[in-house]
Amino acid sequence: MSFEVPDDLRYLESHEWTTDGDVVKVGITDFAQDELGDIVFLELPADGDELSAGDAFGVIESIKAVSDLYAPVSGEVVAVNEELFDRPELVNDDPYGDGWMLEVELDEPSSDLLDADAYAEQIA
Amino acid sequence: MTERSPPLHGVHEDRGAKFTDFGGWAMPVTFDSIREEHAAVRERVGRFDVSHMGEIEVAGPDATALLNRLTTNDVSALSPGDSQYAAITTEEGVMLDDTIIYRLPDGTPAGEAVNAIEGMTNGNLGEPDGDPAYLFVPNAGHDEETYDRVVTHRDEWGLEAAVENTTTGWAMIAVQGPDAESAVDAAVTAGDAAALPRFDATVADVAGVPSWVARTGYTGEDGFEIVCPADAAEAVWAAFEDVQPCGLGARDTLRTEMGFLLSGQDFDPDDEPRTPDEAGIGFAVDLDTAFIGRDALAEQRDAGLTERFIGVRLLDRGVPRGGYAVTDGDLTRIGHLTSGTMSPTLEEPIGLGYLHVDHAVDGAEVAVVVRGDEKRAEVVEPPFLDR
Repeated sequence: MSFEVPDDLRYLESHEWTTDGDVVKVGITDFAQDELGDIVFLELPADGDELSAGDAFGVIESIKAVSDLYAPVSGEVVAVNEELFDRPELVNDDPYGDGWMLEVELDEPSSDLLDADAYAEQIA
Repeated sequence: MTERSPPLHGVHEDRGAKFTDFGGWAMPVTFDSIREEHAAVRERVGRFDVSHMGEIEVAGPDATALLNRLTTNDVSALSPGDSQYAAITTEEGVMLDDTIIYRLPDGTPAGEAVNAIEGMTNGNLGEPDGDPAYLFVPNAGHDEETYDRVVTHRDEWGLEAAVENTTTGWAMIAVQGPDAESAVDAAVTAGDAAALPRFDATVADVAGVPSWVARTGYTGEDGFEIVCPADAAEAVWAAFEDVQPCGLGARDTLRTEMGFLLSGQDFDPDDEPRTPDEAGIGFAVDLDTAFIGRDALAEQRDAGLTERFIGVRLLDRGVPRGGYAVTDGDLTRIGHLTSGTMSPTLEEPIGLGYLHVDHAVDGAEVAVVVRGDEKRAEVVEPPFLDR
């Protein structure tokens, strides 16, 4: 089975992705949503909360399991995808699109993230 | 520990199943998605490979007496082709496992049921004057300790019965759902398994394979469990090729909606020691039989319960899980959960666990502690679905 790993994103080993720029989007990868299975619940920070790279920022639950979400970047949350509270299955259906979770305004440029090739190799 | 594999492992791998370790067995947890598989069983029909279930065969002049002293129900009430749910308890009445006991055709030699059922057709269930014979089904990973327990007690009590652990000789395939009868009818090549009343069992050929077919299951739907020789499992599985394959993930959500116990999780001799009455299966206890644990259970029945097994439905957002505390909504602990999930049928968060009897009342308001927060919940007497 092969999973989508878009070239223009960067990745954490714990399967979160982020876009490039000063204000970035954050979500989980296609591989992660497939591993979790049917996603039924998300606990996400609120607008204005601070994220610290590498720390847990929320919780995602599938029918069978509970997992922490880890921040790929440090900064302030400027938008939360509230659509996910009613339709958590969007993370399964479209993990890089409608299944995005947060927008974050970076404190500093992110470092130590994997590029698409390195992440693809990790999940191979 | 070396992981045990069901005979269909390769077939499931080719079908793209995801696997999980369950009781020491590498079993499929999903084939497509829990939601799809769950819906197939509730609305149509699904098939499960449950070959992780153990099989112990007991036969001989004292087979009935032996099993009657080791299980909580009245084994002497069974005729060939009957099945019975029971618990296996310690002297203290603590459940080691729960099991289904099938009475096989009389005269079936222990360890030979695979061969003995070959050639039998429906209506010819063995020799009428043969010794009683039983097949019973411990849960995954319990077959060896259960076998040892039966043999040790047989010897201690000086009873005459042969006991064999035939877990690796059998595969077990469950076909469950409102359309299970027509699916089984289409797959049966000899015998009349599709006409079985609920909880009865018989010998029938499925796709030409002599099998022990029972109208039993663990989903709350109508359905069948087919015990067939391990080396012929592929043919039996393939006979249901149009039926949705389902993994242990859907098996768990289906049984949770019904409030059925999961051995090792909703009760466990070490981590969750419970009596059958606490676990809500007092109906499977016959105090008129002299089984191990009988006196302790009689005493508990006189004294009354402190906690009992019941369901909760979360009213706030969240998902209840095994291990979460249950409070009165005001920080006083009144019990805990042992199972929980988002119900695919109801699309509601549901859990099962043990609550103090004062709170274990249908409709009572309680709270489930999710990551430190009390979430409002309502007590529900299972099943969560009408079936």
